[in-house]
Amino acid sequence: MTHLEPGAVLAPQEYAVTRADLVAYAAASGDLNPIHWSDRVATQVGLPGVIAHGMYTMALAARAVATWTHEAPVLEIGCKFTAPVVVPDDDEGVVVVVGGSVKSVEDGRATIALEVTCAGTKVLGMPRAVVAVDG
Amino acid sequence: MALDPSLVGRSFPPTRPYAVTEERLRTFAAASGATWEGGPAPATFPIVLAFEAMNAFLESEQVELRRIVHGEQRFTYERPVVPGDVLTTTLSVASLRQIGGNDIIGTRSEVHDETGALVCTAGATLVHRAEEQA
Repeated sequence: MTHLEPGAVLAPQEYAVTRADLVAYAAASGDLNPIHWSDRVATQVGLPGVIAHGMYTMALAARAVATWTHEAPVLEIGCKFTAPVVVPDDDEGVVVVVGGSVKSVEDGRATIALEVTCAGTKVLGMPRAVVAVDG
Repeated sequence: MALDPSLVGRSFPPTRPYAVTEERLRTFAAASGATWEGGPAPATFPIVLAFEAMNAFLESEQVELRRIVHGEQRFTYERPVVPGDVLTTTLSVASLRQIGGNDIIGTRSEVHDETGALVCTAGATLVHRAEEQA
């Protein structure tokens, strides 16, 4: 279990996202929606291009939480998907940055407010996780 | 085409039982660049279960997956998901409203283990994008 101080600012984590990652995530998650791999379909339905699965971005947020808390059990995690993460068809892809701060620690529950951005734009709305901690 | 408002409150049949294996957890973790080396499943893993339930729901309502964008997602755990779990998921429609021709569909998927105990609740908001005007 983990000890987290209220008010602590957690070290931002950076993750690169490429088209290949989206294809792997489509297979692992079962979300085969073509807006995550086909520019043709994505633009047909009015998107700027292929976008990352919202759940992929949320998985990265959860990965940051696991890193910060040394894999503390997650009790709750949630967010809104407010801006698409557009992933170009190149080898570099884009970088998603996950920042966080500890909002409260009480009754064995630590609440972490997250900030998830891509190219300086917040892509998740009110992302938040609650993990189990000592004390 | 807008969805039928009478869907609100409706529950869909449970998904077939899903066996959580170490291999599945490793593959899921690897897909987001992480490693899984034992312990609880990654926190967003139950999306696999919720997604199966959502797919069945969308198919039964003849909604094209490509017109769906994820609006919001939340997981609340009663206990961690671990290898050896055999889980079924039951989706119900919690809310439905229309904004700018898009359907905003609130769903609630409850994940139960073999004993019938609730393991996790996955709440999702799905945005069904309207057809473009020709």
